[in-house]
Amino acid sequence: MVGILIVSHSKDVAQGAKKLASEMTQEEVPIEAVGGTKDNRLGTDSNLIYEALTRLSKTDGVIVLADMGSSVMNTELAFEFFTEEEQEKFEIANAPLVEGAINAALQSSFGKNVAEILATLDPIELSQKRA
Amino acid sequence: MSEKVIDIFNKIADKIIENKQYLTKLDSAIGDGDHGINMSRGFSEVKEELNNSDFPNKSNVIKKVAMTLISNVGGASGPLYGTAFLKASQVIKEDVTLENAVEIGEAVVEGIKMRGKAELGDKTMLDTIIPAVNSLKESYEADLDLNEALEKCLEAAEEGKESTIPLVAKKGRASYLGERSKGHKDPGATSSYMIIKVIINELI
Repeated sequence: MVGILIVSHSKDVAQGAKKLASEMTQEEVPIEAVGGTKDNRLGTDSNLIYEALTRLSKTDGVIVLADMGSSVMNTELAFEFFTEEEQEKFEIANAPLVEGAINAALQSSFGKNVAEILATLDPIELSQKRA
Repeated sequence: MSEKVIDIFNKIADKIIENKQYLTKLDSAIGDGDHGINMSRGFSEVKEELNNSDFPNKSNVIKKVAMTLISNVGGASGPLYGTAFLKASQVIKEDVTLENAVEIGEAVVEGIKMRGKAELGDKTMLDTIIPAVNSLKESYEADLDLNEALEKCLEAAEEGKESTIPLVAKKGRASYLGERSKGHKDPGATSSYMIIKVIINELI
């Protein structure tokens, strides 16, 4: 099963998005949420992202939903702590964080692989928000 | 040789910490207002790390600075400055030469571009750093001596920093403001200038 990693500047946002996504999948999909710095400021920390990716290492790939700026940069930096072969399992989705996390988790629960999930995420249509 | 580099980074840290409010004020105008806080958090930790360990050479000192910034800054400046210093640590030689300064500058620019996907004119730290590195290159090609090259480099960095005022931000939180980001100096370009200024003043 594909794992989901949510990265936000805010711990509350990351955990809230995880809660919304888990609710849809009855917690069968491995989802990790990382947000804020280790001293509880708004921001991101590549070490915390690295640790979350490590916890997801037994999955069939990881899709990352990140909010902006340092979330993306620190995620890419965290990828570089892994071997090139391991890095091939990781993808950052071009999708809004909350809807992307819910959708990705749901697709993963259907047994879709990383490429199939990314295809459903990019782009998210407004019709999906209205649904 | 590593003592001089440690001394320079302690002075950079003091400069950044001293300007915490100023950098935060610049960032509040066009960003999320955390640049001064994040940078001084990172550099306080740098001081702590540098004064509590032994380093065999310059490269190890700069690598430690990079890793400390990556782990402690929080905002985009963490991975950006972290990557910049990491790249610098990979090419720095023990002797200070203009040729090596150019190599370091090129590695730093390449690292920041790779991490932040920004270019010259996007209203970022690169608007200070690219002109500074270009100036070093020109001086090297014109066979100037090191001090003269460093003086010119500092002037180019300052002009670069000031050049961000009329620009529309293309990267970072300021890019969400679009046209409204005009008329403000970029905080990242400003902190980069402060760092370059300390390094050059210590070397001349």
